[in-house]
Amino acid sequence: MSTRTEVEILSPGAFASIQDGGRRGHRRIGVPWAGVLDRRLMRIANALAGRAEDAAVIECFDGGLHVAASGGAVKLAVAGDTVVEVEGTEGRRQLAPWRSVTLADGEQLRIRKMEGGRIAMVAIVGLEPAAVMGSASTYARAGIGGVDGRALGAGTRLALSADADPWDSDRVLAQPPAADTGPIRLVPGPQADHFSPTALDALVGGEYRVTPEADRMGIRLEGAQLEHAGAAEIVSDATVPGSIQVPGAGQPIVLLADAQTAGGYPKIATVIGADLGRLAALRPGQSLRFAAVSAAEGACIARAAETETRALIASIRALPPDGIDLMALYTGNLVDGVVHALGTEYRPLY
Amino acid sequence: MSFRILDAGDAALTIEFGSIIDPALLAEVNALDAAVLRRKQAGKLPGVIETMPTFRSLTVFFDPLVTDRDAVLAALQPLIAAAEHGSTTDGRHWRLPVCYEGEAAPDLAEVAGAIGIGEDEVVALHSGAEYLVYMIGFLPGFPFMGDLPAPLRLPRRAQPRVRVPAGSVAIATGLTAIYPWESPGGWHLLGRCPVPLFDARRTSPSLLAAGDRVRFVPVSAQECRAIEAGLASAQIDPMQWLESAPTPAENAA
Repeated sequence: MSTRTEVEILSPGAFASIQDGGRRGHRRIGVPWAGVLDRRLMRIANALAGRAEDAAVIECFDGGLHVAASGGAVKLAVAGDTVVEVEGTEGRRQLAPWRSVTLADGEQLRIRKMEGGRIAMVAIVGLEPAAVMGSASTYARAGIGGVDGRALGAGTRLALSADADPWDSDRVLAQPPAADTGPIRLVPGPQADHFSPTALDALVGGEYRVTPEADRMGIRLEGAQLEHAGAAEIVSDATVPGSIQVPGAGQPIVLLADAQTAGGYPKIATVIGADLGRLAALRPGQSLRFAAVSAAEGACIARAAETETRALIASIRALPPDGIDLMALYTGNLVDGVVHALGTEYRPLY
Repeated sequence: MSFRILDAGDAALTIEFGSIIDPALLAEVNALDAAVLRRKQAGKLPGVIETMPTFRSLTVFFDPLVTDRDAVLAALQPLIAAAEHGSTTDGRHWRLPVCYEGEAAPDLAEVAGAIGIGEDEVVALHSGAEYLVYMIGFLPGFPFMGDLPAPLRLPRRAQPRVRVPAGSVAIATGLTAIYPWESPGGWHLLGRCPVPLFDARRTSPSLLAAGDRVRFVPVSAQECRAIEAGLASAQIDPMQWLESAPTPAENAA
């Protein structure tokens, strides 16, 4: 019997969508980049799965994503500070995060919860959704990208390309990136001069809290009031990912990947690209502080972060082999053996 | 003429030509935008990802791993100087159908009342002017057009709507627009345009481009439905409402 191999979404958890490196070149017609909120996580997930670094992944929030392999074996990899569980023919087992795993037909993987942050990326070998305007990223507002232009729902089946090869050895990032709890860095401007002289000090000196209004478009913060020097409106101009808009009430909103491309609120500062993923991963209720840097310092930080990311990716290693012929294992109708194939060092302990 | 360079983080900067809505500023923005696109297409601006032209500024997005603010600025300086002599170029001309009747025009009576003229006079004023597309933004394909005839220059509604239907033709703050998508919105809704302003399957997904000129042609509710049906069944090509070329690319060159 020949069936095509698919990943079935049993539950998307809090929120999950297909994203890749994003859609470039269309801001001039009002189309934001979309794409993953944390590009480093995507690159690690893809490297663990042996995929191109900007290949499409499932980006999910707050855990709960639950998927099943259907019609064949599926290799996938999870990046993020997660608790992951695999449900196979012989029951459940916990899986170390930051690794790839090959699910046999019918096996399920679930991100039970996040240990830190709120974003995880799942790379899947053979996931090649059609590009719309140059990217597979879901941008729900215009109904483009991903699966039918929408976030993933329970029951969605993602067809995998026929030449997908799940038999490569599994990989692990033995030393995941440490959580960075330093301040979120920003570059003052473009409209810092639309605020009272003390507003920038208030933004940088104060503590802000993430409100429940936090999604792929942006994060509304609450904290020290930012006073405008005049009207809280400008003639609309371009926003960028990281723009900190301040509407009349004086509370900042940081714009993210899906945000509108232009806006009429003054923007007191811009969060640097290297810190945007960390900001997007903050949960409602968590607090944060900002620190000001120059645009040139921001670029230095971007280059340092890139070096760090490359080092992390370079440190990815194949899981210790244990002499089992994986092809025979998965194509044969074995009931046991699946766990052994995953590598003894990383076998769950319960 | 003067301009300011504004930082927009570590990966973008904005060249601002002024702080108001003015076709003369738009001419400078579009001249600079066209010059940057030409340099980029010629491979002369490594690391520049894209540009975003607005009413009065051009934002240039770049990859800080490939270039930096100073290098981008150095490359832009001569282009900015040339753009200051940019003259207004003529974009494409469109005549778009609008139904100004019934449920397509929920705020028509209120607007007429606020100004103290008849509803038909509001329609005559709105459809009697030619509008310049200042920019596309906020939502995919959303055109900011102006300037409205003086009597129609009202502030936004006191109570924004949670749901403005797609296709709504709206006015506020001296401008008029068409909502390509259902969205929250605070503008006054005068009518409905049945022509889709954005379609990702088209080579140019946005129907309109900055610099285009638009006139509205009143149609009845019945005609509006017929146009929608014709568009849905692909019997009607949206390009039929284009009055004249040049295309935006030729326009830019």
